[in-house]
Amino acid sequence: MTEVKKVIMCAGNCLTPLGFTTEENFRAVAAGATGVRHHEGTFGLPEPFAASLFDRAAIARQAAAVIPGSDRGSNLFETLLILSIQDAVQRAGIDPASPRVAFVISSIKGNVEAIGEDESSVPVSVSAVRVASFFGNPNEPLVVSNACISGLTALIHARRMLQDGRYDHVVVAGAEVQSRFIISGFQCLKAVSPDPCKPFDAARCGLNPGEAAATMVVSAVDRVPEDAWELVDGATRNDANHISGPSRTGEGSYKTLRYVLAHCSTDELAFVNVHGTSTLYNDEMESIALQRAGLLDVPVNALKGVYGHTMGAAGILESLLSMQAVDAGVVLATRGFETLGVSYPVNVSNQNRTTGKRAFIKLLSGFGGCNAAMLFRKGGAR
Amino acid sequence: MKIRKYVRILPGSVTVDGTPLAVDAAGADLLAELYRSFVKDYPKFFKMDVLCKLGVVATELLVMGEADRFTPREDRAVLLFSHSGPLCNDRNYQKTIAEDDFFPSPSLFVYTLANIVTGEIAIRNKYEGDTTAFELASFEPAPFVAAVRDAFEDRVTRSAICGWAEAVDASHFAAVMMLVDQDAAEGLDFTPENVEKIQSNQA
Repeated sequence: MTEVKKVIMCAGNCLTPLGFTTEENFRAVAAGATGVRHHEGTFGLPEPFAASLFDRAAIARQAAAVIPGSDRGSNLFETLLILSIQDAVQRAGIDPASPRVAFVISSIKGNVEAIGEDESSVPVSVSAVRVASFFGNPNEPLVVSNACISGLTALIHARRMLQDGRYDHVVVAGAEVQSRFIISGFQCLKAVSPDPCKPFDAARCGLNPGEAAATMVVSAVDRVPEDAWELVDGATRNDANHISGPSRTGEGSYKTLRYVLAHCSTDELAFVNVHGTSTLYNDEMESIALQRAGLLDVPVNALKGVYGHTMGAAGILESLLSMQAVDAGVVLATRGFETLGVSYPVNVSNQNRTTGKRAFIKLLSGFGGCNAAMLFRKGGAR
Repeated sequence: MKIRKYVRILPGSVTVDGTPLAVDAAGADLLAELYRSFVKDYPKFFKMDVLCKLGVVATELLVMGEADRFTPREDRAVLLFSHSGPLCNDRNYQKTIAEDDFFPSPSLFVYTLANIVTGEIAIRNKYEGDTTAFELASFEPAPFVAAVRDAFEDRVTRSAICGWAEAVDASHFAAVMMLVDQDAAEGLDFTPENVEKIQSNQA
Protein backbone atom coordinates (compact mmCIF):
# COMPACT_ATOMS: atom_id res chain seq x y z
CA MET A 1 0.00 0.00 0.00
CA THR A 2 1.33 3.42 -0.93
CA GLU A 3 1.67 5.82 1.92
CA VAL A 4 -0.71 8.75 1.68
CA LYS A 5 1.23 11.96 1.20
CA LYS A 6 0.60 15.22 3.02
CA VAL A 7 0.15 18.32 0.89
CA ILE A 8 1.69 21.72 1.61
CA MET A 9 1.75 25.14 0.02
CA CYS A 10 5.19 25.49 -1.54
CA ALA A 11 4.96 28.98 -3.02
CA GLY A 12 2.33 31.38 -4.28
CA ASN A 13 1.61 34.49 -6.25
CA CYS A 14 -1.20 37.05 -6.12
CA LEU A 15 -1.53 39.30 -9.16
CA THR A 16 -4.14 41.99 -8.62
CA PRO A 17 -4.72 45.70 -9.23
CA LEU A 18 -3.09 46.21 -5.80
CA GLY A 19 0.16 44.43 -6.55
CA PHE A 20 1.97 41.76 -8.53
CA THR A 21 3.22 39.59 -5.66
CA THR A 22 1.60 38.05 -2.59
CA GLU A 23 3.68 40.27 -0.29
CA GLU A 24 2.72 43.49 -2.10
CA ASN A 25 -0.90 42.46 -1.89
CA PHE A 26 -0.76 41.58 1.77
CA ARG A 27 0.87 44.90 2.65
CA ALA A 28 -1.81 46.75 0.69
CA VAL A 29 -4.69 44.85 2.29
CA ALA A 30 -3.26 45.15 5.80
CA ALA A 31 -2.91 48.91 5.26
CA GLY A 32 -6.58 49.17 4.26
CA ALA A 33 -6.21 49.69 0.51
CA THR A 34 -8.85 48.71 -2.03
CA GLY A 35 -8.87 48.19 -5.77
CA VAL A 36 -12.60 48.87 -6.04
CA ARG A 37 -13.49 51.97 -8.07
CA HIS A 38 -16.69 53.41 -9.44
CA HIS A 39 -17.13 52.84 -13.18
CA GLU A 40 -19.39 54.59 -15.64
CA GLY A 41 -19.35 53.62 -19.28
CA THR A 42 -16.58 51.03 -18.80
CA PHE A 43 -16.99 48.17 -21.33
CA GLY A 44 -19.70 50.34 -22.92
CA LEU A 45 -22.15 49.24 -20.23
CA PRO A 46 -25.18 51.50 -19.77
CA GLU A 47 -25.41 51.00 -15.99
CA PRO A 48 -22.64 52.13 -13.64
CA PHE A 49 -20.91 49.63 -11.36
CA ALA A 50 -18.07 49.43 -8.86
CA ALA A 51 -15.27 46.99 -9.66
CA SER A 52 -11.61 46.23 -9.08
CA LEU A 53 -10.04 46.16 -12.55
CA PHE A 54 -6.48 45.95 -13.85
CA ASP A 55 -4.76 48.81 -15.60
CA ARG A 56 -4.36 47.03 -18.96
CA ALA A 57 -1.27 49.07 -19.84
CA ALA A 58 0.45 48.10 -16.60
CA ILE A 59 -0.14 44.41 -17.34
CA ALA A 60 1.20 44.84 -20.88
CA ARG A 61 4.36 46.53 -19.52
CA GLN A 62 4.84 43.78 -16.95
CA ALA A 63 4.37 41.12 -19.63
CA ALA A 64 6.87 42.80 -21.94
CA ALA A 65 9.36 42.99 -19.08
CA VAL A 66 9.15 39.43 -17.75
CA ILE A 67 7.80 37.15 -20.49
CA PRO A 68 10.51 36.53 -23.08
CA GLY A 69 9.45 37.36 -26.63
CA SER A 70 6.07 38.48 -25.33
CA ASP A 71 3.34 39.17 -27.83
CA ARG A 72 0.66 38.09 -25.42
CA GLY A 73 -0.95 41.46 -24.81
CA SER A 74 -3.94 40.45 -26.92
CA ASN A 75 -5.09 37.69 -24.59
CA LEU A 76 -5.25 39.19 -21.13
CA PHE A 77 -6.53 35.98 -19.49
CA GLU A 78 -3.56 33.88 -20.58
CA THR A 79 -1.13 36.73 -19.88
CA LEU A 80 -2.35 36.99 -16.29
CA LEU A 81 -2.04 33.24 -15.78
CA ILE A 82 1.49 33.17 -17.19
CA LEU A 83 2.66 36.15 -15.13
CA SER A 84 1.23 34.70 -11.96
CA ILE A 85 2.50 31.15 -12.57
CA GLN A 86 5.95 32.41 -13.55
CA ASP A 87 6.44 34.21 -10.24
CA ALA A 88 5.09 31.27 -8.22
CA VAL A 89 7.20 28.56 -9.89
CA GLN A 90 10.33 30.71 -9.62
CA ARG A 91 9.74 31.13 -5.90
CA ALA A 92 8.97 27.42 -5.54
CA GLY A 93 12.20 26.57 -7.33
CA ILE A 94 10.51 23.80 -9.29
CA ASP A 95 10.86 22.85 -12.94
CA PRO A 96 7.41 23.36 -14.47
CA ALA A 97 8.47 21.26 -17.48
CA SER A 98 8.86 18.13 -15.34
CA PRO A 99 6.43 15.25 -15.91
CA ARG A 100 6.19 15.09 -12.09
CA VAL A 101 4.40 18.47 -12.15
CA ALA A 102 0.73 18.86 -13.12
CA PHE A 103 -1.27 21.99 -13.96
CA VAL A 104 -4.78 22.74 -12.73
CA ILE A 105 -6.39 25.91 -14.07
CA SER A 106 -9.43 27.58 -12.52
CA SER A 107 -11.71 30.12 -14.19
CA ILE A 108 -15.37 30.80 -14.75
CA LYS A 109 -15.30 32.58 -18.10
CA GLY A 110 -11.62 32.57 -19.15
CA ASN A 111 -11.18 34.41 -22.40
CA VAL A 112 -14.89 34.91 -23.12
CA GLU A 113 -14.01 38.39 -24.41
CA ALA A 114 -13.08 36.63 -27.68
CA ILE A 115 -16.62 35.41 -28.28
CA GLY A 116 -17.79 36.48 -31.73
CA GLU A 117 -14.21 37.13 -32.85
CA ASP A 118 -12.10 34.06 -32.19
CA GLU A 119 -14.35 31.40 -30.70
CA SER A 120 -11.66 28.73 -30.76
CA SER A 121 -9.88 30.77 -28.05
CA VAL A 122 -12.88 30.92 -25.72
CA PRO A 123 -12.79 27.52 -23.98
CA VAL A 124 -10.70 27.61 -20.81
CA SER A 125 -9.33 24.19 -21.80
CA VAL A 126 -7.70 25.82 -24.85
CA SER A 127 -6.07 28.53 -22.73
CA ALA A 128 -4.95 25.91 -20.21
CA VAL A 129 -3.12 23.95 -22.91
CA ARG A 130 -1.42 27.10 -24.18
CA VAL A 131 -0.36 28.14 -20.70
CA ALA A 132 0.93 24.67 -19.76
CA SER A 133 2.87 24.44 -23.02
CA PHE A 134 4.35 27.91 -22.43
CA PHE A 135 5.98 26.33 -19.38
CA GLY A 136 6.88 23.19 -21.32
CA ASN A 137 4.71 20.98 -19.14
CA PRO A 138 4.03 17.58 -20.75
CA ASN A 139 0.85 16.68 -18.85
CA GLU A 140 -2.67 17.42 -19.96
CA PRO A 141 -3.83 20.41 -17.86
CA LEU A 142 -7.07 19.98 -15.96
CA VAL A 143 -9.55 22.87 -15.87
CA VAL A 144 -12.02 23.38 -13.05
CA SER A 145 -14.97 25.62 -13.88
CA ASN A 146 -17.24 25.43 -10.86
CA ALA A 147 -18.62 28.98 -10.89
CA CYS A 148 -17.51 31.09 -7.91
CA ILE A 149 -15.97 28.16 -6.00
CA SER A 150 -13.66 27.16 -8.89
CA GLY A 151 -10.41 28.17 -7.18
CA LEU A 152 -11.18 26.22 -4.03
CA THR A 153 -12.40 23.16 -5.93
CA ALA A 154 -9.12 23.34 -7.87
CA LEU A 155 -7.11 23.32 -4.62
CA ILE A 156 -9.21 20.49 -3.18
CA HIS A 157 -8.66 18.46 -6.34
CA ALA A 158 -4.93 19.27 -6.54
CA ARG A 159 -4.47 18.02 -3.00
CA ARG A 160 -6.04 14.70 -3.98
CA MET A 161 -3.83 14.45 -7.07
CA LEU A 162 -0.79 14.60 -4.80
CA GLN A 163 -1.91 12.16 -2.14
CA ASP A 164 -0.97 8.98 -3.99
CA GLY A 165 2.48 10.30 -4.88
CA ARG A 166 2.14 10.28 -8.66
CA TYR A 167 3.08 13.95 -8.85
CA ASP A 168 5.55 15.96 -6.78
CA HIS A 169 3.89 19.33 -7.36
CA VAL A 170 0.68 20.73 -8.77
CA VAL A 171 0.58 24.29 -10.10
CA VAL A 172 -2.91 25.56 -9.27
CA ALA A 173 -3.63 28.84 -11.05
CA GLY A 174 -6.86 30.79 -11.30
CA ALA A 175 -7.71 33.98 -13.14
CA GLU A 176 -10.68 36.08 -14.09
CA VAL A 177 -10.87 38.93 -16.57
CA GLN A 178 -13.96 41.11 -16.32
CA SER A 179 -15.82 42.05 -19.46
CA ARG A 180 -19.04 43.42 -20.88
CA PHE A 181 -20.18 39.78 -20.99
CA ILE A 182 -19.74 38.94 -17.30
CA ILE A 183 -20.70 42.27 -15.77
CA SER A 184 -23.86 42.65 -17.87
CA GLY A 185 -24.80 39.12 -16.84
CA PHE A 186 -24.46 39.75 -13.12
CA GLN A 187 -26.12 43.15 -13.54
CA CYS A 188 -29.20 41.63 -15.18
CA LEU A 189 -29.35 39.18 -12.28
CA LYS A 190 -29.46 42.29 -10.03
CA ALA A 191 -26.32 41.08 -8.26
CA VAL A 192 -23.96 44.01 -8.94
CA SER A 193 -23.67 47.07 -6.71
CA PRO A 194 -22.90 50.52 -8.15
CA ASP A 195 -21.08 51.31 -4.89
CA PRO A 196 -18.25 49.59 -3.01
CA CYS A 197 -19.64 46.38 -1.53
CA LYS A 198 -20.47 45.94 2.16
CA PRO A 199 -20.18 42.29 3.18
CA PHE A 200 -22.58 41.25 5.98
CA ASP A 201 -23.78 44.84 6.32
CA ALA A 202 -27.42 45.77 6.74
CA ALA A 203 -27.16 48.08 3.71
CA ARG A 204 -25.36 45.64 1.41
CA CYS A 205 -26.72 45.64 -2.10
CA GLY A 206 -24.62 43.43 -4.31
CA LEU A 207 -21.16 42.43 -5.41
CA ASN A 208 -18.31 44.24 -7.13
CA PRO A 209 -16.74 42.32 -10.02
CA GLY A 210 -13.00 41.89 -9.60
CA GLU A 211 -10.01 40.92 -11.70
CA ALA A 212 -7.08 38.90 -10.43
CA ALA A 213 -4.83 35.95 -11.04
CA ALA A 214 -3.43 33.80 -8.27
CA THR A 215 -1.23 30.73 -8.20
CA MET A 216 -0.43 28.22 -5.50
CA VAL A 217 2.25 25.62 -6.08
CA VAL A 218 1.27 22.71 -3.84
CA SER A 219 3.62 19.86 -3.05
CA ALA A 220 3.53 16.29 -1.73
CA VAL A 221 5.55 15.65 1.43
CA ASP A 222 5.89 12.79 3.89
CA ARG A 223 5.86 15.10 6.91
CA VAL A 224 4.67 18.67 7.20
CA PRO A 225 7.58 20.96 8.18
CA GLU A 226 7.04 23.32 11.15
CA ASP A 227 6.99 26.43 9.01
CA ALA A 228 4.82 25.08 6.17
CA TRP A 229 1.13 25.53 5.47
CA GLU A 230 -0.72 22.25 5.12
CA LEU A 231 -3.81 21.86 2.94
CA VAL A 232 -5.43 19.59 5.51
CA ASP A 233 -8.64 18.64 3.71
CA GLY A 234 -11.49 20.11 1.76
CA ALA A 235 -14.79 19.26 0.13
CA THR A 236 -17.31 20.47 -2.41
CA ARG A 237 -21.03 20.01 -1.71
CA ASN A 238 -24.22 20.88 -3.59
CA ASP A 239 -27.37 22.44 -2.11
CA ALA A 240 -29.45 20.48 -4.67
CA ASN A 241 -31.88 23.35 -4.40
CA HIS A 242 -31.57 26.10 -7.03
CA ILE A 243 -29.18 26.93 -9.89
CA SER A 244 -28.85 30.65 -9.12
CA GLY A 245 -29.82 31.06 -5.47
CA PRO A 246 -28.28 29.63 -2.31
CA SER A 247 -30.10 27.24 0.00
CA ARG A 248 -32.21 28.94 2.69
CA THR A 249 -30.71 26.59 5.25
CA GLY A 250 -27.12 26.94 4.05
CA GLU A 251 -27.21 23.22 3.41
CA GLY A 252 -24.21 22.70 1.15
CA SER A 253 -22.07 25.33 2.84
CA TYR A 254 -22.82 23.79 6.25
CA LYS A 255 -21.93 20.32 4.95
CA THR A 256 -18.53 21.53 3.71
CA LEU A 257 -17.84 23.14 7.10
CA ARG A 258 -18.85 19.97 8.91
CA TYR A 259 -16.55 18.00 6.61
CA VAL A 260 -13.44 20.06 7.41
CA LEU A 261 -14.28 20.52 11.10
CA ALA A 262 -13.78 16.76 11.51
CA HIS A 263 -10.06 17.63 11.40
CA CYS A 264 -9.92 20.42 13.97
CA SER A 265 -11.69 22.03 16.88
CA THR A 266 -13.23 25.47 16.44
CA ASP A 267 -10.87 27.01 19.01
CA GLU A 268 -7.89 26.18 16.80
CA LEU A 269 -9.21 28.53 14.13
CA ALA A 270 -7.81 32.03 13.67
CA PHE A 271 -10.79 32.80 11.43
CA VAL A 272 -13.07 31.62 8.69
CA ASN A 273 -12.36 33.56 5.51
CA VAL A 274 -15.86 33.49 4.07
CA HIS A 275 -17.20 34.24 0.61
CA GLY A 276 -18.97 37.46 1.74
CA THR A 277 -19.91 38.67 -1.72
CA SER A 278 -22.21 41.32 -0.23
CA THR A 279 -25.27 40.05 -2.05
CA LEU A 280 -28.36 39.84 0.11
CA TYR A 281 -28.69 36.08 -0.26
CA ASN A 282 -25.09 34.92 -0.05
CA ASP A 283 -24.15 36.64 3.19
CA GLU A 284 -27.42 35.64 4.87
CA MET A 285 -26.92 32.02 3.80
CA GLU A 286 -23.35 32.01 5.10
CA SER A 287 -24.47 33.30 8.49
CA ILE A 288 -26.88 30.35 8.71
CA ALA A 289 -24.20 27.85 7.70
CA LEU A 290 -21.72 29.32 10.23
CA GLN A 291 -24.35 29.16 12.97
CA ARG A 292 -25.21 25.55 12.16
CA ALA A 293 -21.52 24.63 12.20
CA GLY A 294 -21.01 26.24 15.63
CA LEU A 295 -18.73 28.94 14.26
CA LEU A 296 -20.42 32.12 15.51
CA ASP A 297 -17.64 32.78 18.04
CA VAL A 298 -14.82 32.35 15.56
CA PRO A 299 -13.78 35.54 13.76
CA VAL A 300 -14.90 35.70 10.14
CA ASN A 301 -13.72 38.02 7.41
CA ALA A 302 -14.31 38.68 3.73
CA LEU A 303 -11.94 40.33 1.25
CA LYS A 304 -14.50 41.30 -1.40
CA GLY A 305 -14.38 44.96 -0.30
CA VAL A 306 -10.69 44.97 -1.24
CA TYR A 307 -10.63 42.98 -4.48
CA GLY A 308 -14.26 42.64 -5.47
CA HIS A 309 -15.39 39.18 -6.48
CA THR A 310 -12.46 37.75 -8.40
CA MET A 311 -14.45 34.63 -9.34
CA GLY A 312 -12.14 31.89 -10.66
CA ALA A 313 -9.18 33.43 -8.80
CA ALA A 314 -10.97 34.04 -5.48
CA GLY A 315 -10.35 30.68 -3.81
CA ILE A 316 -6.61 30.81 -4.44
CA LEU A 317 -6.13 34.57 -3.87
CA GLU A 318 -8.08 34.67 -0.62
CA SER A 319 -6.39 31.51 0.70
CA LEU A 320 -2.90 32.92 0.03
CA LEU A 321 -3.72 36.22 1.74
CA SER A 322 -5.26 34.37 4.69
CA MET A 323 -1.99 32.44 5.11
CA GLN A 324 -0.05 35.70 5.13
CA ALA A 325 -2.48 37.12 7.67
CA VAL A 326 -2.13 34.17 10.07
CA ASP A 327 1.65 34.33 9.68
CA ALA A 328 1.47 38.01 10.67
CA GLY A 329 -0.93 37.28 13.56
CA VAL A 330 -3.75 39.27 11.95
CA VAL A 331 -7.42 38.70 11.21
CA LEU A 332 -7.84 41.05 8.27
CA ALA A 333 -10.64 43.61 8.38
CA THR A 334 -13.84 43.13 6.40
CA ARG A 335 -13.75 46.36 4.43
CA GLY A 336 -17.18 47.90 3.91
CA PHE A 337 -18.85 46.27 6.91
CA GLU A 338 -20.51 48.60 9.43
CA THR A 339 -23.77 47.27 10.86
CA LEU A 340 -24.63 43.58 11.09
CA GLY A 341 -27.33 42.73 8.58
CA VAL A 342 -27.65 38.95 8.68
CA SER A 343 -29.79 36.64 10.84
CA TYR A 344 -27.00 35.32 13.05
CA PRO A 345 -24.35 37.37 14.91
CA VAL A 346 -21.27 36.34 12.96
CA ASN A 347 -18.01 37.56 14.46
CA VAL A 348 -17.09 40.16 11.82
CA SER A 349 -15.20 43.45 12.11
CA ASN A 350 -14.09 46.27 9.83
CA GLN A 351 -10.82 46.57 11.77
CA ASN A 352 -7.75 44.35 11.64
CA ARG A 353 -7.65 42.16 14.75
CA THR A 354 -4.86 40.09 16.25
CA THR A 355 -4.72 36.32 16.52
CA GLY A 356 -2.27 33.80 17.89
CA LYS A 357 -3.91 30.82 16.22
CA ARG A 358 -2.48 28.88 13.32
CA ALA A 359 -5.31 27.46 11.26
CA PHE A 360 -8.15 28.85 9.16
CA ILE A 361 -11.00 27.73 6.93
CA LYS A 362 -11.59 29.15 3.47
CA LEU A 363 -15.26 29.05 2.46
CA LEU A 364 -16.96 29.76 -0.89
CA SER A 365 -20.34 29.28 -2.56
CA GLY A 366 -21.50 29.64 -6.13
CA PHE A 367 -24.13 29.31 -8.80
CA GLY A 368 -25.09 25.80 -9.69
CA GLY A 369 -25.72 25.27 -5.95
CA CYS A 370 -22.09 24.47 -5.21
CA ASN A 371 -20.16 25.21 -2.02
CA ALA A 372 -16.61 24.47 -0.95
CA ALA A 373 -14.48 24.66 2.17
CA MET A 374 -10.86 23.90 2.88
CA LEU A 375 -8.96 23.73 6.15
CA PHE A 376 -5.40 25.13 6.17
CA ARG A 377 -3.09 24.59 9.12
CA LYS A 378 0.42 25.73 9.84
CA GLY A 379 2.74 22.79 10.44
CA GLY A 380 3.51 21.88 14.00
CA ALA A 381 0.28 23.45 15.29
CA ARG A 382 -2.20 21.41 17.31
CA MET B 1 -14.38 0.60 -8.47
CA LYS B 2 -16.94 -0.53 -11.03
CA ILE B 3 -18.92 1.02 -13.87
CA ARG B 4 -22.40 -0.06 -12.88
CA LYS B 5 -24.16 1.36 -15.92
CA TYR B 6 -23.20 3.47 -18.93
CA VAL B 7 -24.96 5.45 -21.57
CA ARG B 8 -24.00 7.04 -24.85
CA ILE B 9 -26.20 9.69 -26.44
CA LEU B 10 -25.52 11.08 -29.91
CA PRO B 11 -27.95 13.11 -32.05
CA GLY B 12 -28.96 9.96 -33.94
CA SER B 13 -28.53 7.13 -31.44
CA VAL B 14 -28.78 6.15 -27.82
CA THR B 15 -27.21 3.11 -26.20
CA VAL B 16 -27.55 1.92 -22.62
CA ASP B 17 -24.96 -0.59 -21.44
CA GLY B 18 -24.02 -1.05 -25.09
CA THR B 19 -27.56 -1.97 -26.17
CA PRO B 20 -29.24 0.39 -28.65
CA LEU B 21 -32.40 2.04 -27.36
CA ALA B 22 -35.22 2.30 -29.90
CA VAL B 23 -35.84 6.02 -30.51
CA ASP B 24 -37.89 7.78 -33.17
CA ALA B 25 -36.51 11.31 -33.01
CA ALA B 26 -33.08 12.69 -33.81
CA GLY B 27 -31.20 15.89 -33.06
CA ALA B 28 -32.99 18.46 -30.92
CA ASP B 29 -36.14 16.31 -30.73
CA LEU B 30 -34.22 13.32 -29.41
CA LEU B 31 -33.68 14.89 -25.98
CA ALA B 32 -37.39 15.80 -25.79
CA GLU B 33 -38.31 12.22 -26.70
CA LEU B 34 -36.01 10.83 -24.01
CA TYR B 35 -37.57 13.26 -21.54
CA ARG B 36 -41.12 12.14 -22.43
CA SER B 37 -40.22 8.45 -22.30
CA PHE B 38 -38.17 8.40 -19.11
CA VAL B 39 -38.20 11.65 -17.07
CA LYS B 40 -41.90 12.39 -17.71
CA ASP B 41 -42.83 14.81 -14.94
CA TYR B 42 -40.15 17.46 -14.54
CA PRO B 43 -41.34 20.54 -16.48
CA LYS B 44 -38.23 22.50 -15.42
CA PHE B 45 -36.57 20.45 -18.16
CA PHE B 46 -38.01 22.72 -20.84
CA LYS B 47 -36.34 25.79 -19.33
CA MET B 48 -32.90 24.19 -19.56
CA ASP B 49 -30.26 24.70 -22.22
CA VAL B 50 -29.21 21.78 -24.40
CA LEU B 51 -26.21 20.80 -22.24
CA CYS B 52 -28.37 20.54 -19.12
CA LYS B 53 -31.07 18.61 -20.98
CA LEU B 54 -28.42 16.22 -22.21
CA GLY B 55 -26.95 15.75 -18.75
CA VAL B 56 -30.34 15.30 -17.10
CA VAL B 57 -31.69 12.68 -19.55
CA ALA B 58 -28.37 10.80 -19.57
CA THR B 59 -28.44 10.68 -15.77
CA GLU B 60 -32.06 9.50 -15.86
CA LEU B 61 -31.06 6.57 -18.04
CA LEU B 62 -28.31 5.70 -15.53
CA VAL B 63 -30.30 5.84 -12.31
CA MET B 64 -33.94 5.13 -13.13
CA GLY B 65 -35.25 2.25 -11.10
CA GLU B 66 -32.75 2.80 -8.27
CA ALA B 67 -34.18 2.33 -4.78
CA ASP B 68 -34.90 5.50 -2.76
CA ARG B 69 -34.47 7.44 -5.94
CA PHE B 70 -35.25 10.94 -4.64
CA THR B 71 -34.05 10.66 -1.06
CA PRO B 72 -31.38 13.35 -0.56
CA ARG B 73 -27.92 11.80 -0.52
CA GLU B 74 -24.44 13.18 0.03
CA ASP B 75 -22.54 10.08 -1.07
CA ARG B 76 -23.03 10.53 -4.80
CA ALA B 77 -20.86 12.96 -6.79
CA VAL B 78 -21.56 14.49 -10.20
CA LEU B 79 -18.32 14.98 -12.18
CA LEU B 80 -18.74 16.12 -15.76
CA PHE B 81 -16.07 16.86 -18.34
CA SER B 82 -16.19 18.80 -21.59
CA HIS B 83 -13.93 20.57 -24.03
CA SER B 84 -15.75 23.85 -24.41
CA GLY B 85 -18.13 24.01 -21.45
CA PRO B 86 -21.12 26.18 -22.28
CA LEU B 87 -19.70 27.81 -25.45
CA CYS B 88 -23.02 27.40 -27.29
CA ASN B 89 -24.73 29.43 -24.56
CA ASP B 90 -21.98 32.06 -24.61
CA ARG B 91 -22.91 32.68 -28.22
CA ASN B 92 -26.62 33.00 -27.40
CA TYR B 93 -26.06 35.34 -24.48
CA GLN B 94 -23.59 37.47 -26.45
CA LYS B 95 -26.36 38.23 -28.96
CA THR B 96 -28.39 39.87 -26.19
CA ILE B 97 -25.70 42.42 -25.28
CA ALA B 98 -25.04 44.04 -28.67
CA GLU B 99 -24.36 47.81 -28.58
CA ASP B 100 -27.50 48.65 -30.51
CA ASP B 101 -29.73 45.95 -29.05
CA PHE B 102 -28.91 45.62 -25.35
CA PHE B 103 -31.35 43.35 -23.53
CA PRO B 104 -29.25 40.93 -21.46
CA SER B 105 -31.22 37.88 -20.40
CA PRO B 106 -30.67 36.53 -16.88
CA SER B 107 -31.85 33.05 -17.87
CA LEU B 108 -29.45 32.90 -20.83
CA PHE B 109 -26.58 34.24 -18.71
CA VAL B 110 -26.97 31.64 -15.98
CA TYR B 111 -26.48 28.84 -18.50
CA THR B 112 -23.13 30.34 -19.58
CA LEU B 113 -21.65 28.91 -16.37
CA ALA B 114 -20.04 25.53 -17.03
CA ASN B 115 -21.30 23.91 -13.84
CA ILE B 116 -25.02 24.60 -14.19
CA VAL B 117 -25.40 21.15 -15.75
CA THR B 118 -23.93 19.43 -12.68
CA GLY B 119 -26.21 21.61 -10.55
CA GLU B 120 -29.32 20.68 -12.56
CA ILE B 121 -28.49 16.98 -12.19
CA ALA B 122 -28.00 17.47 -8.43
CA ILE B 123 -31.31 19.33 -8.09
CA ARG B 124 -33.31 16.80 -10.12
CA ASN B 125 -31.90 13.83 -8.20
CA LYS B 126 -31.31 15.44 -4.76
CA TYR B 127 -27.58 14.74 -4.88
CA GLU B 128 -25.99 16.82 -2.13
CA GLY B 129 -22.44 15.57 -2.64
CA ASP B 130 -19.51 16.87 -4.68
CA THR B 131 -20.50 18.45 -8.00
CA THR B 132 -17.69 19.61 -10.26
CA ALA B 133 -17.43 20.68 -13.90
CA PHE B 134 -14.02 19.95 -15.42
CA GLU B 135 -12.66 20.78 -18.85
CA LEU B 136 -10.03 18.85 -20.79
CA ALA B 137 -8.67 19.59 -24.25
CA SER B 138 -10.19 16.32 -25.49
CA PHE B 139 -11.89 13.27 -24.04
CA GLU B 140 -8.89 11.14 -23.23
CA PRO B 141 -9.91 8.22 -21.02
CA ALA B 142 -6.71 8.25 -18.90
CA PRO B 143 -6.92 11.79 -17.43
CA PHE B 144 -10.69 11.38 -17.04
CA VAL B 145 -10.34 8.15 -15.04
CA ALA B 146 -7.52 9.65 -12.97
CA ALA B 147 -9.57 12.74 -12.10
CA VAL B 148 -12.64 10.71 -11.14
CA ARG B 149 -10.55 8.36 -8.99
CA ASP B 150 -9.03 11.42 -7.26
CA ALA B 151 -12.53 12.75 -6.57
CA PHE B 152 -13.30 9.51 -4.72
CA GLU B 153 -10.72 10.61 -2.10
CA ASP B 154 -13.64 12.56 -0.62
CA ARG B 155 -14.42 10.44 2.43
CA VAL B 156 -18.19 10.58 1.89
CA THR B 157 -18.31 9.88 -1.85
CA ARG B 158 -19.26 6.25 -2.68
CA SER B 159 -20.55 6.64 -6.23
CA ALA B 160 -20.48 9.18 -9.05
CA ILE B 161 -22.38 10.16 -12.14
CA CYS B 162 -19.48 11.02 -14.40
CA GLY B 163 -18.46 11.33 -18.02
CA TRP B 164 -18.23 13.62 -20.98
CA ALA B 165 -21.01 15.94 -22.13
CA GLU B 166 -20.61 18.39 -24.98
CA ALA B 167 -23.12 20.52 -26.86
CA VAL B 168 -22.28 22.52 -29.97
CA ASP B 169 -25.85 23.67 -30.55
CA ALA B 170 -29.41 22.44 -30.01
CA SER B 171 -29.06 19.51 -32.38
CA HIS B 172 -25.35 18.67 -32.16
CA PHE B 173 -24.29 17.08 -28.90
CA ALA B 174 -22.66 14.02 -27.41
CA ALA B 175 -22.67 12.42 -24.00
CA VAL B 176 -20.77 9.42 -22.72
CA MET B 177 -21.75 9.07 -19.09
CA MET B 178 -21.54 6.36 -16.48
CA LEU B 179 -22.45 5.47 -12.94
CA VAL B 180 -19.25 4.54 -11.13
CA ASP B 181 -19.55 2.82 -7.79
CA GLN B 182 -16.85 2.20 -5.21
CA ASP B 183 -18.72 -0.62 -3.51
CA ALA B 184 -20.35 -2.46 -6.41
CA ALA B 185 -19.33 -6.06 -7.04
CA GLU B 186 -20.84 -6.21 -10.52
CA GLY B 187 -19.88 -4.17 -13.57
CA LEU B 188 -16.93 -3.24 -15.74
CA ASP B 189 -13.78 -2.21 -13.95
CA PHE B 190 -13.40 1.57 -14.03
CA THR B 191 -10.28 1.68 -16.20
CA PRO B 192 -9.19 3.83 -19.17
CA GLU B 193 -9.44 0.72 -21.38
CA ASN B 194 -13.09 0.14 -20.50
CA VAL B 195 -13.93 3.83 -20.80
CA GLU B 196 -12.34 3.80 -24.23
CA LYS B 197 -14.53 0.83 -25.21
CA ILE B 198 -17.67 2.57 -23.98
CA GLN B 199 -16.73 5.70 -25.85
CA SER B 200 -16.23 3.85 -29.12
CA ASN B 201 -19.30 1.66 -28.52
CA GLN B 202 -17.20 -1.51 -28.28
CA ALA B 203 -18.03 -2.40 -24.69
